[in-house]
Amino acid sequence: MREVNVGAASDFADPGRKIVGFENFEVAVFKLGGEFFAYLNHCPHMGGPACQGKMIAKVEEDIAADRTSKGMNFSKSKLHVVCPWHGFEFDIRTGVHPGNPKARLRKIKLAIADGDVVITVPDAREPVPVMQEADISVSR
Amino acid sequence: MLERTPPQFRELQEITMKTDTRDILAHATRQAESHEDYFLVDIDAHVTETSFWPEILAMIDNDVIRHMGQMNAERPGSANISLLNGQPGILHQHAWGRIPHQQALMEKVEKTGSHHFTELARRSMDALGLDYQVVFPTPMLTLGMHPQDDIEVALGAAYNKWLVERILPEDDRLKGMIYLPFNTPEACVEEVKKYAHVDSIIGYSVCSTRNKAVHHNSYMKLYAMMEETGKPFSLHSGFNWNDPSFLQLNRFISMHALSFVHYSLIHMTNWIINGLPERFPKLKLLWIESGLAWIPYLMQRLDHEYQMRSCEAPLLKKLPSQYMADMFYTSQPMEKTNLKLLQATMEAFNAETQLMYASDWPHWDFDAPSSISTLPFLSDQAKRNILGLNAARVFNLEVKRKRPKPSDVLAARPGVS
Repeated sequence: MREVNVGAASDFADPGRKIVGFENFEVAVFKLGGEFFAYLNHCPHMGGPACQGKMIAKVEEDIAADRTSKGMNFSKSKLHVVCPWHGFEFDIRTGVHPGNPKARLRKIKLAIADGDVVITVPDAREPVPVMQEADISVSR
Repeated sequence: MLERTPPQFRELQEITMKTDTRDILAHATRQAESHEDYFLVDIDAHVTETSFWPEILAMIDNDVIRHMGQMNAERPGSANISLLNGQPGILHQHAWGRIPHQQALMEKVEKTGSHHFTELARRSMDALGLDYQVVFPTPMLTLGMHPQDDIEVALGAAYNKWLVERILPEDDRLKGMIYLPFNTPEACVEEVKKYAHVDSIIGYSVCSTRNKAVHHNSYMKLYAMMEETGKPFSLHSGFNWNDPSFLQLNRFISMHALSFVHYSLIHMTNWIINGLPERFPKLKLLWIESGLAWIPYLMQRLDHEYQMRSCEAPLLKKLPSQYMADMFYTSQPMEKTNLKLLQATMEAFNAETQLMYASDWPHWDFDAPSSISTLPFLSDQAKRNILGLNAARVFNLEVKRKRPKPSDVLAARPGVS
């Protein structure tokens, strides 16, 4: 494994992100609520550039005590990134799809060192193994 | 080891409506390297012809309808929707900004002498790794629900003329199926007469979203004529939230999931129970954009009831499912959430010989060629057939590589800093 410096932590907006590409890697670093999260820019659905999509609050639905619906609203606490190819959404803090826990972005190890964001990726110049659509189907 | 400046470090930007198609689809271009030696045909990609709608309005033959269209288009904001029957939900498709390529392709296109559309189509073909692409009209998909049959006829004829004279001559990789204004059978016959001999027109299409029974006697002349030409007849499904049953559905996902299958179920049932496969045994039928899961469902339903009520379908000489297995289908939007069911589905209609890949690009539920090439249960030959060779056989296309290398496409992509 090797460490790659992707830039000063102070350069990140909150919420914000930086997506870097080098050799066969594309990695997104997100900043949210003062914390950093890093994922491969690869959607487990069909391989789309999941981290290059819109960042938008999770949509929730209010259900009253009598179980009637009071309509939809945006979450105040959960922010999603949406794969621009097909709309798969992932919680930026966990990388997981809201309804299919098998569908998740691949996490990349991240640390803050001397004020810089440093990610850890394999030495090999080969593509990192990623989930395919078959991995998130229910028949496995 | 800490690498402060890795080689070729680049920053990727958020994908928006202005992102270049080659950047949006760069991952698909990388995927294409794994099936580099396949021959690839996309049977269903879409013209966003509303972007060029004034060009089509100008090609309407009837001077009164052309005047109506052009005057409506002069109203601010109406240039790209004039004479069309917009459907509820048509603007919901991009999931409210979450899927930008469905919203609009507003990327910069340099003036090269080709039509803007042709340039966008070339970018998608190159990025997806396609040798041929069949283009299909988008908002005209629901024109079958237009209350004015003469407007469907006029727009259909104008679109066909625009496609044949303006777009298809620009690139041999682009092919088309003419729009049949199916609510007026005699006008369909005229369109087939006009274009059956054109090489770039490889088939005929009906947009399925309409309430016209395909077995009505008024269509027999049309079917006979199409059968005679040898070119396939396709039924392209779509959605219609105004259908009384679907008015109960309160979310776009609900309506879309059912509606795209609904019209194929109805037309297929009429086609088979009325014995049209026996009346037109050489007419090749292609069912577009209903996915695949409906096929074994309908096979089982019709077989089950036919065996008890064969008196109602006297023209049939075999089971409905056997007629369905003789027909052709496009893959998108392929249901892949349960691979065992998908495998059984493909076996039910012998996908290896009957299925053709379709992308549906640039729509929100498009499928890349990897949707087929990564299926673990298909043989290499089955993948080659579905991704291109079946289409070559059915549409009489030359099996010849026409696309650039993925590495060249990636090198030309503009969107990295």
